[in-house]
Amino acid sequence: MFKYLEPPEVEEAKVSNVKIGEIEDMEKDSGKIIKFGNKPVIVVRKADGEYVAFAGVCTHLDCIVQYRNDLEQIYCACHNGRYDLNGRNVSGPPPAPLEKYGIAIKNNEVIVFVEKT
Amino acid sequence: MYKWIDERYNISGLLEFAKKKSVPAYRETIWYYFGGIALLLFIIQVLSGILLLMYYQGTEDSAYESVKYISTKVSFGWLIRSVHSWSANLMILAAFIHMFSVFFLKSFRKPRELTWYTGFGLLLVAMGFGFSGYLLPWNELAFFATKVGTDIAGQLPVIGEPLLKLLRGGEDVTGATLSRFYGFHVAVFPGIFTVLLALHLIFIQRQGMAEPEDWKDLPESERKYIPFFPNFTLRELLFWLIVINILAILAVFFPWELGSKADPFAPAPVGIKPEWYFMFMFQTLKYIPGKVLFLHGEFVGIAIFGIAGLLWFLVPFWDKRTPAGKRNKLITYVGIFVVTFIIVLTIIGYMVD
Repeated sequence: MFKYLEPPEVEEAKVSNVKIGEIEDMEKDSGKIIKFGNKPVIVVRKADGEYVAFAGVCTHLDCIVQYRNDLEQIYCACHNGRYDLNGRNVSGPPPAPLEKYGIAIKNNEVIVFVEKT
Repeated sequence: MYKWIDERYNISGLLEFAKKKSVPAYRETIWYYFGGIALLLFIIQVLSGILLLMYYQGTEDSAYESVKYISTKVSFGWLIRSVHSWSANLMILAAFIHMFSVFFLKSFRKPRELTWYTGFGLLLVAMGFGFSGYLLPWNELAFFATKVGTDIAGQLPVIGEPLLKLLRGGEDVTGATLSRFYGFHVAVFPGIFTVLLALHLIFIQRQGMAEPEDWKDLPESERKYIPFFPNFTLRELLFWLIVINILAILAVFFPWELGSKADPFAPAPVGIKPEWYFMFMFQTLKYIPGKVLFLHGEFVGIAIFGIAGLLWFLVPFWDKRTPAGKRNKLITYVGIFVVTFIIVLTIIGYMVD
């Protein structure tokens, strides 16, 4: 019965990069969640215009994070977890940093990609 | 007619039993009504739940829309949904009051251990009803509350991972989770609840109402009782009327909100909160750091609540003084600490953020 209740593995569509638009599409000092395959990824455009991207799921209890420009940090509303713009867990309960994604700019277009470790 | 039925089903035997049944009359008798109040609210839950089932559709694409349809288009749909939500909350409240009154009056002691265990089981299933039902409208708050709640279960050692998949129907909270929670809510939990409730009520009927501790030393003549039928029953009915009125006022003047539809790719909204009866645990988790020594903070939180819950469940085992006829202040202090902890953390949970 347990075998029946255990859901079968679903083949995930392998996504290695996602184009999110042109450089100027996102305002400076803002963030957004994008779909990376079936995973949420947070993309932040810092106040100086630089782009960074991290896994969008809080390492604490799975909530989706957001960018707060008043704190200049990535924030999880579920339990007040905070990460700096390098993805490091700096305050609250998150036990680990956010996984980093790479950013490439080609022909004025911003591309988020999986960084090879 | 009466004779016809009595000949076949011995109704007079039942009436004789009801006549003999009595309830101790003393200053704490008021607490004896809360079990019945919880029962009334459970009956309302079943009836309003069946009505909601007529329109609800438990899939990712249509759950939110169907609840919206019930609330906006179906005649009195908003009222049925509001009654269902409010009576669920009142039922948990009545069950909590009932449990704490039993704890403080020490009615869990021998020979009523099994009544306590089944009652505790009923409360857990009722909370399971609440947790699973919370997701069914598939709104934003419920989506994240379910993510957090199931992730907490996933932190358990060894069984955590398979349990998480079992609850979610996969790695993440998706339509598969909704299907499973719907099944738990309308089939699994009602089945377990009915069995536990039947046992709970049978135990009470067999053993009668618990008498206060200090009555042991009291001569028979000084013990006061009121007949269960009709005196206690009529008073219980009066309480039921009051509760129905409170429920009607809450459901009509404070209709349950629906919020916005869940979006798995939207950040958790600021101010996300679980149902109030999970709030003290939710709030405590906020104060536990990510790492405690070499352990994950959330695991420490779950371990603390797990052990505390187990000790609470097993109170008839470790309370050795009360059955021996001695007063046990420790039990009272533990109870006061638990009630204070729950109330304070719940208030903080609503005041902060």
